[in-house]
Amino acid sequence: MKKKQLSKDPYNIVITGVGGQGNVMASRLLANMLVRKGCQVTIGETFGASQRGGSVMSHLRVSAESVWSPQIPKGRADIVAALEPVEALRVLMRYGNPGVKVLTNTRPIYPVGVIAGELDYPSPEEIRATVKELSAYAWFIAATDEAIKLGNPILGNIVMIGAIAGMGELPIAREDFREVIVSSMPAEKLDVNLKAFDIGVEKVKQ
Amino acid sequence: MMSKLIEQKEGVQYLLMGNEAIARGALEAGVSVACGYPGTPSSEIIETLSKVAKEGNLYVEWSANEKVAMEVAAAASFAGLRSLCTMKQNGVHVTSDFLLHLAASGTRGGMILVSCEDPGALSSVNEVESRYFAPMIEIPLLEPADFQEAKDMTRWAFELSEEIRNIVMVRSVTRLSHGSGNVSFGKLPDTKRQAEFKSDGPILDPDEGLVFSAPVVYKHQLQQEKIKRAREIFELSPFNTYQGPEKPELLLITCSICYLYCREAISLLGVKERVGVLKFGTTWPLPPELLKRHLSLTDNILIVEEVRPFLEEHVKILAAEMAPEIGIKTFYGKETGHFPSVGELNPDLVVSALSKILGVSSYIGMPPDYEKKAEMLTSTRTPRRDLIFCPGCPHRASLWSIHNALQMDGRRGFVCGDIGCYSMAILSPSCGFGTMKTLHSMGSGTGIASGFGKFGQFGMEQPVLTVCGDSTFYHAVIPALINAVHHAANMTLIVLDNGGTAMTGFQSHPGLTVNAMGEEVPAVDIAKICESLGVRVEIRDPFDLEETRKVINRFLEEEDGVRVLILRQICGLSPEKKAGKRYEMRVDEELCLGENCGCNRLCTRIFRCPGINWDKEKKKARIDEVICAGCGVCSFICPAEAIKREEAA
Ligand code: SF4
Ligand code: SF4
Repeated sequence: MKKKQLSKDPYNIVITGVGGQGNVMASRLLANMLVRKGCQVTIGETFGASQRGGSVMSHLRVSAESVWSPQIPKGRADIVAALEPVEALRVLMRYGNPGVKVLTNTRPIYPVGVIAGELDYPSPEEIRATVKELSAYAWFIAATDEAIKLGNPILGNIVMIGAIAGMGELPIAREDFREVIVSSMPAEKLDVNLKAFDIGVEKVKQ
Repeated sequence: MMSKLIEQKEGVQYLLMGNEAIARGALEAGVSVACGYPGTPSSEIIETLSKVAKEGNLYVEWSANEKVAMEVAAAASFAGLRSLCTMKQNGVHVTSDFLLHLAASGTRGGMILVSCEDPGALSSVNEVESRYFAPMIEIPLLEPADFQEAKDMTRWAFELSEEIRNIVMVRSVTRLSHGSGNVSFGKLPDTKRQAEFKSDGPILDPDEGLVFSAPVVYKHQLQQEKIKRAREIFELSPFNTYQGPEKPELLLITCSICYLYCREAISLLGVKERVGVLKFGTTWPLPPELLKRHLSLTDNILIVEEVRPFLEEHVKILAAEMAPEIGIKTFYGKETGHFPSVGELNPDLVVSALSKILGVSSYIGMPPDYEKKAEMLTSTRTPRRDLIFCPGCPHRASLWSIHNALQMDGRRGFVCGDIGCYSMAILSPSCGFGTMKTLHSMGSGTGIASGFGKFGQFGMEQPVLTVCGDSTFYHAVIPALINAVHHAANMTLIVLDNGGTAMTGFQSHPGLTVNAMGEEVPAVDIAKICESLGVRVEIRDPFDLEETRKVINRFLEEEDGVRVLILRQICGLSPEKKAGKRYEMRVDEELCLGENCGCNRLCTRIFRCPGINWDKEKKKARIDEVICAGCGVCSFICPAEAIKREEAA
């Protein structure tokens, strides 16, 4: 029964971003939603030094019945969700394939080498074109900007989770998000989180 | 979210991080005392337990260092309680002196050491193993292979420890400790044990005698009997499993998270019918009968593990002994170059080793034309992300002043470094202005500086500085500082006191008024410790750049003995800091001279706080309000005074 809910087994999701963006929180929220639905989920992530401005990546393996390795094999991502645009490219370079679906938050965080003028950061157009070229479907969402409108940039992650749910690839819905949020956050934050989630769902449908 | 750890519901599945699963396993075993020193990837075990300390009636502590943590945990065991001690790989080396005595004296209540290692050094400055301590110190070693086992094995390790009356080592790795997966819960015990230390029985009585490693040869003998007993138990352990055909072409022998890589590789290559996997949960001492049975299945064996060939060596020794019965085997692994001998493994590396041995070439990870296209399109568009100090980090400010003071001094002075966020000062140019020139273990900066500080007699004229963090100060700097003071080394110690163990997630340490369980405790003052050693101490705010630089220059000029400067400013990530910005920042575009100012963009090119960006079109600096932490420091570095700060509302 559960098998029908996943188009592939294992289903592989990469959530990527920059240290400090709340990558770990986002991957755990999503995973908890999936576990609620009876899936076996393995998350692979590392933190520590990577929090300090480095690239951060979480691998989610979703399966009906089996525990999978916390590292996705090369070329085997099904969804890439990038909290930062250039990180989408970095992940595609190793885990991409012609069938991958990519969700990109459009707000850049410049590496220190770019700030210092030693490295170049690609233009929004270049990023768009590259992501499109390397994926089957690509969505670009101004998640951080939407979140700032809601009063807190960190909600950008929730917008992204909403967007992942909105893609319709995984057996999760708003109710699962609600349940998970209720058990992990103070009650007064519920509404704004749900709002952010809904924005994500809506954006991916547009 | 955390309270789920003491959920009673048996059999229900939860998503747990490996470290949380280890914590839950300890709770299910009825652990009473948990101690450790923070270190990635181990820290969440103690952190998780500290959050349920009250409800679970536990005593949890962040100890001053790993050796002390082990000593406190041992006391619990001597009193008949179950105890857990956690650390990262380096910690086992720190604690090894006590550990070797403990292993000889034996334990009473179940006691386990959890060592979390970091193959690939994802967040460490080494990828050394602590597994070799098990044979060296003669204690059993267990290695869980997935999240469920992390819980179950931890729980069982306490029973094993009580059965053989000695400490048991459990080894995790980053991918397990920091990975997460479904874990189904077992029962939590209803009652906890009472602590009582019995020591007036017959001298050699394991329950009521002295706790002591003498008579040495007798106790050593006893210790080896315990290991023998463990080996017998391991022969039947359900944590050692075999999956695969009756007569595989190739037998994989593996342990730890590499087990999952093996399974993945077999599934990717579709070679389930050809390959068997023998997974060891008990990696030392290996159970020989079990091994013999499996080695008899085939003549070709591939050993999959990280980082050093630990299993490989021990399996080969046993195979040599068994050769008359099982015949000659061919072993593949690190020694044959089928796996790299450094760094961590992953499913792809196992795929490639397997394909080579089995002669399978059909597997394609990424379609070659896609790979080519991806490489071409992304290589120039993915700028490197160097590690940097966080926005608002006091270390950036401190190192800025140290760097400037050394430049101004002009005698090629340098900084001996230590472990913590500030270790990034060794990076250049991205971070810390390349001021740090040596970096080894905790406290070594001060020890090394105490050496350099004595080389004046050999003509050394460079001023010697060393930096350490507050947690590190208590951990291992104190003895080194005593050494420097006693020998009148000529050096300056700068304590970068940011009010917690920031690198690993802000754990408490002896300088704080709160402990791991959130209770109020006396703080031990760094300045007073230094003063009591007769050292002159000054305290400054590193955000006051000019004053800090002046004090450092004054200290550099002094010729004799040790002086200590404490730079005190709270970590940019501390909860207190995150709550709000002190200053609203903005760049006055009129005043910003950018490339034309004499400094050539000092703020973005040299100071490099990620909160300041360079607007290429306007050719002006710009504050990114999402990233800027509002510390206000950059307003002092701009020579044109273009960066403005305003007290935040
Ligand atoms: S965690 Fe704290 S101490 Fe470490 S780099 Fe960030 S601000 Fe600095
Ligand atoms: S005030 Fe300046 S130095 Fe401080 S965080 Fe913001 S940009 Fe960085």
